Amino acid sequence: MDTLILSRIQFGANISFHILFPTITIALGWVLLFFKLRFARTGDQKWVEAYRFWVKVFALSFAMGVVSGITMSFQFGTNWPGFMESVGNIAGPLLAYEVMTAFFLEAVFLGIMLFGMSKVPSWLHTLSTFLVAFGTTMSAFWILVLNSWMHTPAGFEMRDGVAFATDWWAIIFNPSMPYRLVHMLLASGLTVAFLLAGLSAFRWLIGDRSNGVRATLKTGMTLGAVLIPLQIIAGDFHGLNTLEHQPQKVAAMEGNWETGPNVPLILFAIPNEETRSNDFEIGIPNGASLILKHSLDGVVPGLNDFVAEDGTVMHPPVAPVFYSFRIMVATGMAMLLLSWSAVFFMARKKRGVEGLPKPLLWAMVPMAFSGWVATLAGWYTTEIGRQPWLVQGVLTTEAAVADVPAPMVASTLIVYLVIYAALLAAYIGVLFYLARKSTKGEPLGTRIPASAQAQVTVAAE
Amino acid sequence: MDLFGDPATWLPLAFAALLGLSILIYVVLDGFDLGVGVLFPFAAPDEKDRMVASIGPFWDANETWLVLAIGILLVAFPSAHGTILTALYLPVAVMLVGLILRGVSFEFRAKAPIRHKGAWDAAFYIGSMMTSLSQGYMLGMYIMGLEVTAFTLAFSAVTAVFLTVAYSFIGATWLILKTDGALQLKAVQWSKGGIWGVVLGMGAVSLASPLVSERIFDKWFSMPEFFLLLPLPLMSGALIVLLWLALRRLPTSDDSFAWFPFAATIVLFVLGFFGMAYSFYPFIVPEQLTIYEAASAPESLFIILIGTLFVLPMILGYTALAYTVFRGKATALSYE
Repeated sequence: MDTLILSRIQFGANISFHILFPTITIALGWVLLFFKLRFARTGDQKWVEAYRFWVKVFALSFAMGVVSGITMSFQFGTNWPGFMESVGNIAGPLLAYEVMTAFFLEAVFLGIMLFGMSKVPSWLHTLSTFLVAFGTTMSAFWILVLNSWMHTPAGFEMRDGVAFATDWWAIIFNPSMPYRLVHMLLASGLTVAFLLAGLSAFRWLIGDRSNGVRATLKTGMTLGAVLIPLQIIAGDFHGLNTLEHQPQKVAAMEGNWETGPNVPLILFAIPNEETRSNDFEIGIPNGASLILKHSLDGVVPGLNDFVAEDGTVMHPPVAPVFYSFRIMVATGMAMLLLSWSAVFFMARKKRGVEGLPKPLLWAMVPMAFSGWVATLAGWYTTEIGRQPWLVQGVLTTEAAVADVPAPMVASTLIVYLVIYAALLAAYIGVLFYLARKSTKGEPLGTRIPASAQAQVTVAAE
Repeated sequence: MDLFGDPATWLPLAFAALLGLSILIYVVLDGFDLGVGVLFPFAAPDEKDRMVASIGPFWDANETWLVLAIGILLVAFPSAHGTILTALYLPVAVMLVGLILRGVSFEFRAKAPIRHKGAWDAAFYIGSMMTSLSQGYMLGMYIMGLEVTAFTLAFSAVTAVFLTVAYSFIGATWLILKTDGALQLKAVQWSKGGIWGVVLGMGAVSLASPLVSERIFDKWFSMPEFFLLLPLPLMSGALIVLLWLALRRLPTSDDSFAWFPFAATIVLFVLGFFGMAYSFYPFIVPEQLTIYEAASAPESLFIILIGTLFVLPMILGYTALAYTVFRGKATALSYE
C-alpha cells in the first residue's frame, strides 16, 4: 500500500477513535449540569448519585478525547502538510479559535469540576460544570465550521494555489455549517441518551434498584425519544443541503448511477464500480425521487455525471458511502423503536422503570453504544463521500499528503491501531466495572455527608 | 493595521513571540507533571497516589499549551510546521503514543479494578518517559538543524536524556512544594540527584549551538553582544548555586522556602529558553527558513491576533484561578 492510502487509514483510524469520546463529552457535560441543577432544585439524593457515577464516565471519556485529539493536531503536520500549505489561511484561524476559546476553558475548569467540589463554593462548582459543557460545545462549533468549510468552501479566493480569506462571515457560516452542526450536536445527545439508558439498564438487570439508576434510565430514554425524531428531520435537511452542494455524494449514498426521474429508494444492493451498476438491487419505486425532490418524477443526479471525458472518476467510492449511510439510517430506526417503546412502557399505568419488559431492558445494553455506530457511520458517509477531494473543488486528498516513506506510516499505523484497540477494550471494560461496582453499593452509593468530617474520600478517585 | 509599520514585519515577530511563550509555558508546566511521571518508579504505592493528586487537577490544562504551541506553528508558519513535523515524523509518533498512555493512565489507574492499578502505573511511567525522551530528542535534532547524521543522532540521544532528567528535576521541586513528610524528604533527594541533568543539559546546548553554527557563534561572541549577554550565563550559574544550597537545607522545620526550588527552576528554564530563542532568531527552521518567509498571510494572522489579545489574558486568568483553588499541599483527590 502506498503512503496516501496508509495516511488516509491512519488519519481515519485516529479521527474515528477520537470522535467516540467528544461525542460523549459534548452532551454528557450538559447532562451533568442538568443532574446538578435538578439536585439544587429538588434536594433529591438520586440526582447526586447520578452525578457521582456519570462524572466518572465523563472524566474518563474526556481524557480519551484529549489524548486522541492531540494526536490529530500533530498529524495535520506529519501526514497532511499540503492541507495547511494551501488552505492554512482559512483553517488556521478556525483551529486557533478552537484552542483558545474551547480547549483551555474545558481543560482548566475540568480540574475544578472534578476535584474542586469541596474546595470552592457551590455556585463556582456549578459554573465550572457549565463552562466545561460550554467549552466542549464551542469546540464542536469551531471544528464543525472547519469541517463544513471543507465540504462547502466559501468566502475565499485562490492566489497561486493558496486560499486567502475574503469574508470571514461567509467562511464561518458556510452553506453546510448550520446543518452539520445541528446534526452532530443531536448525534451527541443521542449517543449520551442511549449510553445513559444502556448502562443504567445493565445495572438494573444485575439488581441495582437505587433511585439514581431509575433517574438515569428514565432521563436517557426520554432524551432519546425526544431527540430521535428531531435528528431524523435534521438529517433530512442535511441531506437536501448536500444534494444542493455535493450531488455526487448523494448519488453515492443512493447508489444511483444515471441522472433521471423516478429514481427508486434502494433498500439493499451491492454497488459494482466495474459494471457501474448495482447487483441484487431491492428498492421502493420512485422513493429517492420522492425523498430528495418531493415528487415521484423528480430528477435525481447520478454518479455517471461525475466521470471526466478522459475517464477520471471525480465521485467518491460508492460502496463504503452506500453501506455506511444505510447502517446509520438503520441504527437511527432502531433507536426510534427502542426509545419510543421504552417511553410507552414507562408511561403505561405510570409504572416507570418497573413497567419495562425484560427483553427491552436487555436490548438497551448493547444499544448503549448505538450512538457510536450511528455517529461513525454518518461520518464515514459524509467524509468518504467528499473524496477524492480534501477541500471540495479546491484541493484533492492526494495533493495534500506528506512525502513520508510508506513503511514509516505503516509501522506507526500498526502501533496506533494496537493502542486504540487496547484502550477501547479497557474503556468499555471500566464502564461496566464501574456499573457493577456501584450496583454493589461501593463508594458511589454514599450519601452527601452532613459535615466535612464525615466526608468519605477515596484516594485519587 | 499599519499602526506599527509594515504588518509583514511585525506580525511574524508577534507570532514568533507567542509561539515562544506557549512553548516556554508548556515546558515549565507539562515539564513538572511529566517529571512526576518520570519519578514514579522511585515512589512507594501510597506516595504514587499523592504524586498523582498533586498534578491531577492541572495536567490537562498544562498539555493544552502544547496544542496551542503546535496550533500557532501550524497557523502562523504553515510551511515551517510541515517541514519540522515531517522531518520529526517518528519522534513525534513516539511522543504522541507517550502522551496517550500517560493521559489515560491518570483516569484508568483510579477507576479500573485494583488488580490492574500496577499495570496502569507502569503505563503512566512509560508514557511519561516516552514523551520526555522524544521531546529531548526533538530538541537535539532541532538544534542540529534537522539533519540526520551519526553525530546529530548521538547529540539528540544526549539531549533526550538530559531533558528527561531536567523534567524529573522540576517535577521533584514541584513535589517539594506540594507535599510534606517522607515524600517531601524523598523529593529533596530526587532534586539533588537530578540537578546535574539540568546543569549538563543546559551546558551541552549552550556549547553545541554556537559550535554547529557560525552564525550563532557570532551572535554570542562578538563585541559588544558578549558583554550584554553575559548576565544570562552568570545568572544561571548563580541560580544553580542557590538551588544547591537550598536543597541541602530543605526541608525546613516550618516548611519555609519549600517554594524556592520550584520557583528558581522556572527562572532557570526561562533563562535557558531566552538563550535559545536569541540564538535561533530569526530562523524558525534552523538555517533554512526565517519567521518572515514562513509566515501566513497578514490578514489571517491579524484576525488571530485580535482574538489572542482578548483570550490569552482570560486563559492566564483562569489558569491562575485553578492554581489558587488547588494551592497548598496536595491532598487525596476526590470527586466529592
